[in-house]
Amino acid sequence: MRQRAALYTAVAAGGFRRYATYGTATAAGVFTNTVFGFIVAYTYMALWDERPGLGGYDQAEALTFVWVSQSLLAAGALIGGGFQEEIQERVRTGDIAVDLYRPADLQMWWLASDLGRAAFQLLGRGVLPIVAGALAFRLALPTDPWRWALFMVSVILGLVVGFGVRYLLGLAAFWLMDGAGINLMATVVSIFCSGMLLPLTIFPGAFGEFVRALPWAAMLQVPMDVLMGKHSGAGGAAGALGFQVFWAVVLLGLGRLVQSAATRKVVVQGG
Amino acid sequence: MWIRSTMTYRASFLLSTFGNAVITLLDFVAISIMFSHVDALGGFTLPEIALLYGSCSASLGLADLLLGNTDRIGVRIRDGSLDTMLVRPVPVLAQVAADRFALRRVGRIAQGLGVLTWALWTLGPQVAWTPGKVLLVPVMITAGAAIFGAVMVAGAAFQFVAGDAAEVQNSFTYGGCTMLQYPPTVFAKDLLRGVTFIVPLAFVNWLPALHVLGRPDPLGLPGWVAYLSPLVAFVVFLPASLAWRAGVRSYRSTGS
Repeated sequence: MRQRAALYTAVAAGGFRRYATYGTATAAGVFTNTVFGFIVAYTYMALWDERPGLGGYDQAEALTFVWVSQSLLAAGALIGGGFQEEIQERVRTGDIAVDLYRPADLQMWWLASDLGRAAFQLLGRGVLPIVAGALAFRLALPTDPWRWALFMVSVILGLVVGFGVRYLLGLAAFWLMDGAGINLMATVVSIFCSGMLLPLTIFPGAFGEFVRALPWAAMLQVPMDVLMGKHSGAGGAAGALGFQVFWAVVLLGLGRLVQSAATRKVVVQGG
Repeated sequence: MWIRSTMTYRASFLLSTFGNAVITLLDFVAISIMFSHVDALGGFTLPEIALLYGSCSASLGLADLLLGNTDRIGVRIRDGSLDTMLVRPVPVLAQVAADRFALRRVGRIAQGLGVLTWALWTLGPQVAWTPGKVLLVPVMITAGAAIFGAVMVAGAAFQFVAGDAAEVQNSFTYGGCTMLQYPPTVFAKDLLRGVTFIVPLAFVNWLPALHVLGRPDPLGLPGWVAYLSPLVAFVVFLPASLAWRAGVRSYRSTGS
């Protein structure tokens, strides 16, 4: 058990270090997130000037939504990126056979490595955009440390849910061979249903209800609302985190099932 | 060759082209959701914003189809495969542009032109059309594409210095397009000055479209600047291509 823990910690540390190597890419990413943050912030200000209180947010909260979501984008791999392309490539080339021989579980291995990557991107790409946003606009960031702790728990759960979805995409390569099409469609859904394009609370009617119940809501919308205390009281926060735990368990379980179906399909050819 | 290779996975190609159109159309869906709550944004109505959206999307789509792959130059520098291009008797820029030519990007152009057509159809009767304004619409699309193209070439040149900084280029192209799809009245004056006089993205569609709509420019520029886009495109291509040449000259192979 302890050996297992040490193994996955090492894998996670490897994921962290791997992304920490790309200094210029990280700086370029921070720059991009900040530029987009400014553009979206101005459009939200125009929208919330017109309709104060839209979606249950005042203007400062809407701007907080913009900047914190820019900070979470890279960690959550919400606009693509991440590891699914790598699995797909390994399936296509046959390298996946090597992975299956490792004395570690395939799903846990990739989860550890992806969480390591996300941890780096939270630090490397997450902090500066929030600072830039807070300097330029009036944000509604909480001062209560307890709220920030709850937010971090929610972010981690969101990352696990995101992993669950992307792991399924990665495994899809066992049947599809070429992942480009399905990855793009998945990105489309993720951009729209996570709340990245617009907070899900302003999606109208039954359609809004539906989108808010999907796993993508657990990746961005729920952590944002936890941060801003929209789920007030212990019961509200527990409900929000419970929603994330539910999707994490469902998706990881589904990943297990698909994984065992996929590995039964593997035929290792010599050469 | 790249077209043929993409067509090998026909289903994936169709999905990607469709996905490309949908992914960009989502911005417009977001704007439409905004308009389910308000009647005007920054004083502009939905069809007026559709004109801005459609024109910049079509311009960026064209530039992306022709030069979008220049952001892969960083990868080519890192893995040393740029060397092969340097010894071929074809301009490097043409090779980089044709490298992994992605036909699926016609998705964005089609989608942009579709929204633009809807906007012109809806706005048509309200606009005081003159021959100049009619001519301005296609000129706006092509000159806009040239301006975005210049930014892409400049971004690629920057990668000779900065290595893997492809995302900086994206913030000017995709970020620029996100900005240009909203009316200029939404943004702070300093930002408007920046995209008019420093990186002249305002000439992609803001200034021509404001003129077509008969609206004043928030910076108070005279109406005839709307016709300057082709000239601006030519002027920005000069430093971009010079930077590109300087980049290629300064290139040192990784030797791998």
